[in-house]
Amino acid sequence: MKVTVCVKRVPSTATRIKVGGDGKAIDEAGVEFVLNPYDEFAVEEALKQVDAAGGGEVTILSLGPEAITKELRTCLAMGAAKAVHLVHDAPFRDPLTVARVLVEEIKAQEPDLVLFGRQAVDNDNGQIGVMVATLLGFPAVPDVTELTIADGKARASREVEGGATEVYEVPLPCVITAQKGLNEPRYPNLKGIMAAKKKPIETKEPSLPDPAQTLESLALPPERSEGKIVGEGAEAVPELLRLLRDEASAL
Amino acid sequence: MSQSVIAIAEQSEGTLRKIAGEVCSEAIRLGSKAGMDVVAVTIGPGATQAAGATGDFGITQAVAVEGDDLAAYSGEAYAAALAEVIRNKGGGVVLIGATSFARDLLGRLGALLEVSPASDCVGLEWNGGLQAKRPVYAGKALLTVAFPQQPAVASLRPNVFGADGGKGASATVETVAPTGLPAHRATLVERNVAEGNKVDLTEAETIVSGGRGMKDPETFQKLIEPLAETLGAAIGASRAIVDAGWRPHSEQVGQTGKTVAPKLYIACGISGAIQHLAGMRTSQTIVAINKDPEAPIFKVADYGIVGDVEEVLPPLTEQVKGLVSG
Repeated sequence: MKVTVCVKRVPSTATRIKVGGDGKAIDEAGVEFVLNPYDEFAVEEALKQVDAAGGGEVTILSLGPEAITKELRTCLAMGAAKAVHLVHDAPFRDPLTVARVLVEEIKAQEPDLVLFGRQAVDNDNGQIGVMVATLLGFPAVPDVTELTIADGKARASREVEGGATEVYEVPLPCVITAQKGLNEPRYPNLKGIMAAKKKPIETKEPSLPDPAQTLESLALPPERSEGKIVGEGAEAVPELLRLLRDEASAL
Repeated sequence: MSQSVIAIAEQSEGTLRKIAGEVCSEAIRLGSKAGMDVVAVTIGPGATQAAGATGDFGITQAVAVEGDDLAAYSGEAYAAALAEVIRNKGGGVVLIGATSFARDLLGRLGALLEVSPASDCVGLEWNGGLQAKRPVYAGKALLTVAFPQQPAVASLRPNVFGADGGKGASATVETVAPTGLPAHRATLVERNVAEGNKVDLTEAETIVSGGRGMKDPETFQKLIEPLAETLGAAIGASRAIVDAGWRPHSEQVGQTGKTVAPKLYIACGISGAIQHLAGMRTSQTIVAINKDPEAPIFKVADYGIVGDVEEVLPPLTEQVKGLVSG
């Protein structure tokens, strides 16, 4: 089975965001970048599904700046066979633009399964997986927490509101986006890290289509004004309830 | 053909979801600013009945998309059918609620209509064209985008845009059956509803949330659940205790979990890691109960009690009961 996994490099979730001088992008000074957390689940699932199928190959695909080589090596160390890096260094790319660029490359790879993380934790679009699927004419299931593949069909559980789950049957080739809970991503071992150094990362320079969204501004949200400590321990409970009812109208 | 604002009103078996009222009301506000007609669209089994009910929010014209081909949910089929209606009705702006339904459909609509939708918006402005404000980095920053092509498509975060209901009217409904739907599709074969038909975190008006300070899973259950039940609240959890296996991932609040904006958020034994604060900071009123007076959660809380959750929560639950029954 051939699996393509699309990954992105993002600021770690512990990052305190500062807006840069142009008011359109974050200030990257001192920011730690990591593999998008949801993409770790996608890479792990690709490796598991190839094992379960008794053979195949996992290809990592990413659109992003030079620096993502580090995260691509991590994916290769986990067990992916090779990576394709579409080198492009722009702070803002809209979902359709990204999807169109990825689709061109995925078509050439002819995968049986395409995996994404459910969203990148920087732009939080959560659209690109299903968008790529639609452009490819593939069916898709987003936010998947359980995946089994047999006889050319996938069975995917999806988490929806209120803790409910939906189960879908999907013919291959298809697109799946990974939600937390799908698996426990492995840590690369030393052997994997050594092997990854010899695995190929092919670089290409894609031409981007005209943007389908324009960035007007990036700003920090308004600060919350600091509240008050009502008191200590159980004694403070009546006053808290009075404030919630009379001052905040929250009860 | 004149352009219209399309309000995709989410429904289930003929009943509008809460978010549908918010989407219809915002569509009407935007339509009057942009000088566009507003058309509500419902889809799937029960669509015709639900379409009529959009009149309660002031919608006069609605389209219901129903047919045998849409009996079982399929993102591929629903997106194709919706895209057809949007084209036929001259959609200049398309609004949908940012729920699981939209997470499946938004990107597909973008691909079919050849536009880039904006997800999870918290503000919409009309300046000769739509400008959408949306949280990025889980709410640590706000991005404003504009749309060079039409239609401008946006999903609206639940609980942010007010619903203006109670009009007591019924919309005129045109029922259409879709044609030419994709055969290669994912099909919903099973739906497992969680016990007790829980309110979802993203739509809840009140959330009681717990973290490491709840000590262990048993204490969490013993103290958080009764308070949540008394308040009719949804239960939330910090990443630390979800990762530790105390609570299911569906309850996680924050980056890599859910972003929530309830009227009242009660954080119990949560220190307030930056990725947690990002996910709940737009709540209207925040209460924090934590024994560490230096905990970062107090920086965003409107009201704080410094104290042990085992001492504070039982009397809180009792006294809330008194208020509710009184």
